[in-house]
Amino acid sequence: MTDMTPEATPRAAQSLFTRTDNVRRRYRRGSVLKYLGLGAIGLVLFFLCVLLWSILSRGIPAFFQYQAEIQLYYDPEILEADGTGPEALGELSLRSDLERGIFAQSLRRTLEDSGIDTAAFDDGDLSALIYAANRRDVRDELVADPDLVGQTVTVGVPISLNITRYLTGGLSGEGTSGMPPGFNREQLDLIDQMVAAGLVDRNFNWGFFTNEYSQSGEVAGIGPALMGSAYMMLVVLVFSLVFGVAASIYLEEFAPKNKFTDFIEINIANLAAVPSIVFGILGAAILLTLGDLGFGSSIRGTALLGGIVLSLMTLPTIVIATRSALKAVPPSIRDAALGVGASKLQTVFHHTLPLAMPGILTGTIIGIAQALGETAPLLLIGLSVSTGASILSSPFTGGLLEQAQSMPTVVYLFAQNQDLPVREGLAQAAIIVMLALLFALNIIAILLRRRFERRW
Amino acid sequence: MKDQRLTDREVDMQDIKISAHGVQVFYGDTHAIKDVDVEIADKTVTAFIGPSGCGKSTFLRCLNRMNDTIDAARVEGDIRIDGEDIYDARVDPVQLRAKVGMVFQKPNPFPKSIYDNVAYGPRIHGLAKTKGDLDNIVEQALRRAALWNEAKDRLDKPGTGLSGGQQQRLCIARAIATEPEVLLMDEPCSALDPIATGQVEELIDELRSNYSVVIVTHSMQQAARVSQKTAFFHLGNLVEYDETGKIFTNPQDPRTESYISGRIG
Ligand SMILES: Nc1ncnc2c1ncn2[C@@H]1O[C@H](COP(=O)(O)OP(=O)(O)OP(=O)(O)O)[C@@H](O)[C@H]1O
Ligand SMILES: [Mg+2]
Repeated sequence: MTDMTPEATPRAAQSLFTRTDNVRRRYRRGSVLKYLGLGAIGLVLFFLCVLLWSILSRGIPAFFQYQAEIQLYYDPEILEADGTGPEALGELSLRSDLERGIFAQSLRRTLEDSGIDTAAFDDGDLSALIYAANRRDVRDELVADPDLVGQTVTVGVPISLNITRYLTGGLSGEGTSGMPPGFNREQLDLIDQMVAAGLVDRNFNWGFFTNEYSQSGEVAGIGPALMGSAYMMLVVLVFSLVFGVAASIYLEEFAPKNKFTDFIEINIANLAAVPSIVFGILGAAILLTLGDLGFGSSIRGTALLGGIVLSLMTLPTIVIATRSALKAVPPSIRDAALGVGASKLQTVFHHTLPLAMPGILTGTIIGIAQALGETAPLLLIGLSVSTGASILSSPFTGGLLEQAQSMPTVVYLFAQNQDLPVREGLAQAAIIVMLALLFALNIIAILLRRRFERRW
Repeated sequence: MKDQRLTDREVDMQDIKISAHGVQVFYGDTHAIKDVDVEIADKTVTAFIGPSGCGKSTFLRCLNRMNDTIDAARVEGDIRIDGEDIYDARVDPVQLRAKVGMVFQKPNPFPKSIYDNVAYGPRIHGLAKTKGDLDNIVEQALRRAALWNEAKDRLDKPGTGLSGGQQQRLCIARAIATEPEVLLMDEPCSALDPIATGQVEELIDELRSNYSVVIVTHSMQQAARVSQKTAFFHLGNLVEYDETGKIFTNPQDPRTESYISGRIG
């Protein structure tokens, strides 16, 4: 005690109002760490903003469509050149009869009626302004209803996407880079006149959510892809939740701790790290095997197959999340239940599982969100092929066993499109829909978690 | 004290509820219980005392096979309740635990309502035919655990929202709601204030008329107050087991002597 006193005396001289060097050094270290952390967060936010801006600025305009109000006159002179009846109508040339004939002439007539001079433009110049090419749908309509011939119908025909870019201000109309490819200044002036005459409407493009994928951006949509993804998520939910939770409960609560269960545990962790394309190859292998058995082509590209492959991918995520949620339940709760004479099964289902539910749900939704965005395996099992769209009669009839598309593969198709406005518009619009779905899923996860937590 | 001991001696001779012979418990390589022989009488309170880590909880957990849930634990020897070997292959631990209730060292209410906590045991064992029966059982259990007055207006509130001492009494209510024949209590009063402790001790005394109660405690006074028989454990050995009065006034073993005097004096 006595030799402590001389040490204590110089310390007592230190006032509490001034900081010692030691304290100052410690604070300095702390603030360095703090600013590093803030810097990292700032960087992340910056990249997030850049990403969101690039997607939103291109994607949001793509949700709106410019349409020209046209008095479409099904001119008998053109349509019945080779005789009447559905057969003859089915033989109509898409290019010369419909595009250059019906559409160009109807547009010309509509313009003349509004007092716009079109003498300087040939039929090709006119029909290029609107979505008139490859109107197989109009031909099919005529075949189905030959009475249309000779009638005049007011329809909104989508403006060509390149012109749309000019209308939205994406192109200036000046200089080589400011001109829509394939158009000249006179055509742009004509469009300006049409806008001035009130012949062009801007509407929200509901068709984007219901139409099928198409090469032509004017009518392309994500209907079947939305449905396909929804079906696949359903399959993933059922498969991976049921199997994942069952496997986790067994491993965590019932399995003996031995070499074999250790081995399984390591492999589940490994499975979670397997690149998704490998699961695609696995799916393709399943497909081949089924093909050898005689029903391969019927399952190719279906939501069921896609869902199964995605489930395999999601399973390890869910197993890992569920197991850690089960582990986090305090052992004293299990003791309490066993202590009053609950069986092991009752302990799990009455106490452990409900307490682990928030964690399980979070894991499941994260897994599903992951699966929703997964592209590579789906490309390998045929969910990207655009033939899927033509097989689907209507986007909302596709079932589990029909050819399907999925959101990520349709984004991939849009991004590969030859037209710039599709690559840099519709692709982003589809991504926005996907992100909205992901946010919705996350919100559901949070709400479910709240609900379960409140029920303890 | 004296005539109480006399009656106990009578009971002892008539009725042995639990008899344990040559009990050994290993946690992996740790030898936690070393060759313990003990006979626990029916309708008595038996106290287990001893320094921390000497194996009191471990031995207690052998009596309702809670050690089964610990993978590393291995129990050897012969433990009989009413003459039936509880480690026999035919014995279902679930049935055993309905008969041998337990209150744990740390309060561990279910994260459910107070009512559901108490009703859980009766529900899974099918003790109540109607809702009214169940309400009755819950009320009786809470009353006996001295929690009814505090809990009667908040039966649907979570049990985890109670104070530590109230939680422990809730756990006691939960354990006695299933009407066990033996009640094992691992330091039930370590989180309780003197008033609640008094109430629990009263309960223990009352339970004695129907059940055999085994209580682990670090409080010599408590052991002296509530128990008729006391067992002193030390480093996994059962050093001395005798009537409570004898252990506290005239211990035979020097280790008992020093433990008791160290704590009391
Ligand atoms: N689950 C376990 N795994 C391994 N060793 C254990 C386990 N539980 C207890 N032990 C060991 O067994 C011995 C006895 O422990 P026990 O819990 O029975 O002591 P105790 O007498 O109840 O002590 P306390 O009075 O502190 O509660 C201790 O040495 C302890 O470390
Ligand atoms: Mg203990």
